[in-house]
Amino acid sequence: MLVLVSYDVSFEDEGGKRRLRRIAKVCQDFGQRVQYSVFECVVDPAQWTRLRHRLLEEYDEERDSLRFYFLGKNWQRRVEQHGSGSSYDPETDTLIL
Amino acid sequence: MKKLLNTLYVTSQGTYLSKDGECVVVRTEDGEKHRFPVHVLDGIVCFGNVLCSPFLLGHCGEAGLAVSFLTERGRFLAGVRGPQSGNVLLRRAQYRLADDPVESARLARAVIAAKVANSRAVLRRCLRDHGDRVHAAAIGRAVSVLDDCAGRLRMPVDMDEARGMEGRAAAAYFEVFGHMILAEDPAFAFGGRNRRPPLDAVNCLLSFVYTLLAHDVRSALEAVGIDPQVGFLHRDRPGRPGLALDLMEEFRPFLADRLVLSLINRAEVRGRGFVRKESGAVFMDDDTRKVVLTAWQKRKQDEVMHPYLKERLPLGLAFHIQARLMARAVRGDLDGYPPFFWK
Repeated sequence: MLVLVSYDVSFEDEGGKRRLRRIAKVCQDFGQRVQYSVFECVVDPAQWTRLRHRLLEEYDEERDSLRFYFLGKNWQRRVEQHGSGSSYDPETDTLIL
Repeated sequence: MKKLLNTLYVTSQGTYLSKDGECVVVRTEDGEKHRFPVHVLDGIVCFGNVLCSPFLLGHCGEAGLAVSFLTERGRFLAGVRGPQSGNVLLRRAQYRLADDPVESARLARAVIAAKVANSRAVLRRCLRDHGDRVHAAAIGRAVSVLDDCAGRLRMPVDMDEARGMEGRAAAAYFEVFGHMILAEDPAFAFGGRNRRPPLDAVNCLLSFVYTLLAHDVRSALEAVGIDPQVGFLHRDRPGRPGLALDLMEEFRPFLADRLVLSLINRAEVRGRGFVRKESGAVFMDDDTRKVVLTAWQKRKQDEVMHPYLKERLPLGLAFHIQARLMARAVRGDLDGYPPFFWK
């Protein structure tokens, strides 16, 4: 299934930069960056549990916000891309470099 | 149920693959190009001068990803699989079975029967679709030879007889294989099977697609913990993945051969995409190789009905299902090995 993860990290305190970096890192381990703080992650339920757990460990409940959008199994027809930026479909694209 | 995962093919020379967190990072001279989380892949195939960091290889081994190294032209060089895994009892059972001539012959017969039936299905499909454009009489004769072989393989036969049937069937099949090529281009004339090196464009395509098939089948076997080297039909030889070759037989006609035929007949590959070396060997150029790889990946996503499980699944998963069924047959949970019969 595809989960869209987006986040806002506050820079008010010292730790903001560090949290931002670490949250991005966790997302990168599971999916691809499609915009600055938006990641598309194709995961199975077990992987999703791990991803969610790791994200909730990194963020600061008081200052930051995390949003998850569940686009399900047939997500291909629910996503449109316009303008700059390229992404790949990890399930069906042929990955030939 | 296992999911059909993607395979990463790296054909750009001088690429460097490394690990960052859970990702494979692809770098070229101009810096980082792509990154893929390891969990969307089930294999990496590197062509020619492609480097992998040891940490990436270790990580792939742990995650169960097969990494294969091929020459630029697609000859297999080495594979990295990580620590020996799987069930040692299963492997012991496999070795005992391989030492038993009666049982090996039984498994070999199942595999050959499927290969013969699937070759026949390929010929019949060609007659049905292009009966008016091909040499129907010759193909018809080959079909009846295969019919005869398939009929005899229904009886219990010993190993030599099974091998003989396979040889006869393969000879009849490849004799008319050229008739199924509808393209006018003389580059695609087919006079018979040859390899190491392939001497014409068709053999070049066949050998290349067989290598891709071998990579996939072998990793499916590794994934279920069965030893890909110890085969039943293909006897042990150092460095040869005997069981992978056994399991490949049933897939060759309808997956590999038909893919080659449709690439040629739909003019997706052209005669000028092949280069002849002084030695007489024929190789494909980079663009043609990419076309073949793309077609192969697309073909694996096609859904088929599994003849034994009666379930729809992507063709690429069939290797894993067959490997699992083979493991069950070896363990004695099934009375015999149910091969993949294509319709």
